Amino acid sequence: MIVQAIVFYVLSAVLIASGVLVISVRNPVHAVLFLILAFFNAAGLFVLNGAEFLAMVLVVVYVGAVAVLFLFVVMLLDINLLRMREGFLRYLPTGALIGLILLIELAGIYASWSFGAAEPGLLAAPAPDPGAVPNTDALGRLIYTDYIYLFQAAGLILLVAMIGAIMLTLRARSGILRQSIAHQLLRSRASSIELRKVPRGEGV
Amino acid sequence: MDAMLREYLPILIFLVIAIGVSTAFIGGAWLAARQRPDIEKNSPYECGFDAFDDARAKFEVRYYLVGILFIIFDLEVAFLFPWAVALGKIGMYGFWSMVLFLAVLTVGFIYEWRKGALEWE
Repeated sequence: MIVQAIVFYVLSAVLIASGVLVISVRNPVHAVLFLILAFFNAAGLFVLNGAEFLAMVLVVVYVGAVAVLFLFVVMLLDINLLRMREGFLRYLPTGALIGLILLIELAGIYASWSFGAAEPGLLAAPAPDPGAVPNTDALGRLIYTDYIYLFQAAGLILLVAMIGAIMLTLRARSGILRQSIAHQLLRSRASSIELRKVPRGEGV
Repeated sequence: MDAMLREYLPILIFLVIAIGVSTAFIGGAWLAARQRPDIEKNSPYECGFDAFDDARAKFEVRYYLVGILFIIFDLEVAFLFPWAVALGKIGMYGFWSMVLFLAVLTVGFIYEWRKGALEWE
């Protein structure tokens, strides 16, 4: 128990510290690296709560893919560090307002959770005891049958995202020679080789 | 719950040892080595001559396309894990639900293949 508490406080402290550093370091690449550190710590907190699957997804999807995408964006944009700092004070009220709204919403979720959890009827699908059913199993029993419409909607959103990314970034380039494997394989001896009798001492 | 966390104890011990060893290396080097930095030592080095321009060159947008396509299939695989674990309990309904999901994404896969988004030139 004491180990659990120590790990919780260490992970939370590093998470909050790296979250503050994400928005305060000067170099955007360093900010993305601190974001990755924050993701890892959040994954550790998920494990502490018994949500193993979410922890692994956080590492695989967020650290493996989203953070890499952020790095790409940082490198795509050719960010001028001095010009980045200029608007800081101008955007501060807006950012603070958004943060405040998020904080109020989180407090509301926490309040409704801690006051409403006493009535089991409020929970659409009460989480099974993590000791009896592993987290991944419990999720798997719900997602594909009870929540099939949301699951299929997720598939459609992924499809739209795929098509959108291709439409936005793919440009057909002219003047580039591509390898056409089917074309290569379809070449026959007759179409590519010609045998000729060449008289001695003369050209073709 | 505790049994589940106990399975993660080796990872925690591993992390503590890793942090300890890396701190010892960096701290030891910082304490023991002589450090006399000057302008030349701290300047970026590019094969002997002065650096031509900023190291932060712009990437091409096609890297981004590859990254996005990777994320999408990464998410698809993430959906497969709980499905595989719970497949015995969700029956044929759950099975065909996943097949439909995969079919939708296969449409996108065929689209990007035909469009040439996976080719690099």
